[in-house]
Amino acid sequence: MSVLLQEMSERALRLGVPFSAQIDLTYRCNEQCIHCYLDHDDHGEMTTAEIKNLLKEMAEAGVFILTFSGGEIFLRKDFFEILECARSLTFCIKLKTNAVLIREAQAARLRDLGVESIQISIYSHRPEVHDAITKVPGSLRRSINAIRFLKSQGLKVIMANVLMTQNMQDYNGVRTLAEELGAEYTLDPTITPMMDGDRSVLALNAGESALRNLFREEAFVGNADEFCAPPPPPDENSLAALPCSAGHTACYVSPYGEFYPCVQFPLSCGNVRQQRFIDIWRDSEQLKEVRSIRLRDLSGCSQCAHGSTCTRCPGLAFMEGNMRGPSTADCEKSYARTGIPSVNLLAQKLEQKEKKSGARLVQIQIVPAITGTRLSSLGISVNAMAS
Amino acid sequence: MNRKLYVARSPRIAARMLGEEMLVMSGQGSTLFTLNPTATILWQSADGATPLDEIVDRRICPEFEVQPEEAQRDAEALAQDLAKHGILLISEQPISTQSIAKPVASVQQQAQEKVRP
Repeated sequence: MSVLLQEMSERALRLGVPFSAQIDLTYRCNEQCIHCYLDHDDHGEMTTAEIKNLLKEMAEAGVFILTFSGGEIFLRKDFFEILECARSLTFCIKLKTNAVLIREAQAARLRDLGVESIQISIYSHRPEVHDAITKVPGSLRRSINAIRFLKSQGLKVIMANVLMTQNMQDYNGVRTLAEELGAEYTLDPTITPMMDGDRSVLALNAGESALRNLFREEAFVGNADEFCAPPPPPDENSLAALPCSAGHTACYVSPYGEFYPCVQFPLSCGNVRQQRFIDIWRDSEQLKEVRSIRLRDLSGCSQCAHGSTCTRCPGLAFMEGNMRGPSTADCEKSYARTGIPSVNLLAQKLEQKEKKSGARLVQIQIVPAITGTRLSSLGISVNAMAS
Repeated sequence: MNRKLYVARSPRIAARMLGEEMLVMSGQGSTLFTLNPTATILWQSADGATPLDEIVDRRICPEFEVQPEEAQRDAEALAQDLAKHGILLISEQPISTQSIAKPVASVQQQAQEKVRP
């Protein structure tokens, strides 16, 4: 994020303005990705008129960066009508798509409409791997063709590489492909639960050793020693910090008008079909609750050695059962990065041991993080994690 | 020098008022700018049909208490600068209104409008 954009984001936070928002225009999709968190049936999407009205309300509320995503956005026959309306309201528009339906004509129209960037999901540089994940033969070829069309129009393209067990070996290949095509590259090693709470897709998550290897790839993380260094102890600033922008300067609206703090945070705060966007943003009790969360209030996390550097996602924590609790996926990333287990992982391990032994043999209290001290030096062995 | 200059908001930019400042992202290289109050008034008034000297007379001079000649000179320089970054279009002819971005009044501005006598 540029310095100015960061500054504007901070100003938006002070002013209580929803600076960025994502609308999923549909959950329908022409790919059937094995890791997808969505139900692809149409349960009554917002109409064109409803979306246009929402766009007007969002512009008036101050939304500047607007992401259209799905599902596959190009499956909506009114997609360009919606996009034209959004551009006439001077949003900065970002798109997320698999790009399978983008040809020369669509690319030219996106250029004419001044879209800021197009993010395209690419799982592998190898068709057999990518197409097996999307379950659509020929999908990699079509997505790559689309990237060429978009680049020929001078558009900014970002290749998003979600990693899972099936493609964990291919991130260097995808990054090279992005360079060849003149696209930017971003990777995400986290598979998230289904929106309905089904956690079975989590089995696709890359394991701890694969993550550990990834976090030592300097092409991705910069200086690996610095990236994987033990975290500094949480200080007053990190204890008072906000977890992320969800509900503070960012929000999400589903194809059915449900208003969530973030696409990854399915806590319904209202529905834009029944209430004005700004009224939900300002008055929702759920959003007020989300906004009240600080690291210092979180059980476990506030005492965890990773407190100052953890990427804890409050949405994943919510899906795990408690928005004020830990997000185990992020604990696992912190562990893979530093070799230091989080308070949450240690507690889970202990619970498993107790279940196995059938009795609580030892009373262990979570020890508050001691300045500059790794948890492993508090007598809690890292090896115990793997036992 | 009596030539008329017309200015219009570029259709390729993204823009939003954030507090007292106008935030603008140019289509050229996704560059982000903030406009000062004078530039904001100029951008909001740039409808393609109103000549720049009228914008200066009606909107800028009363707001900032500057001499018209000085304000006109500064406004032209500002308009040229904004045009260089792809934020404004400049022409000696009126500019078609179809391709002009519309400024959006925020809910705060709308509320202020309502309470004004």
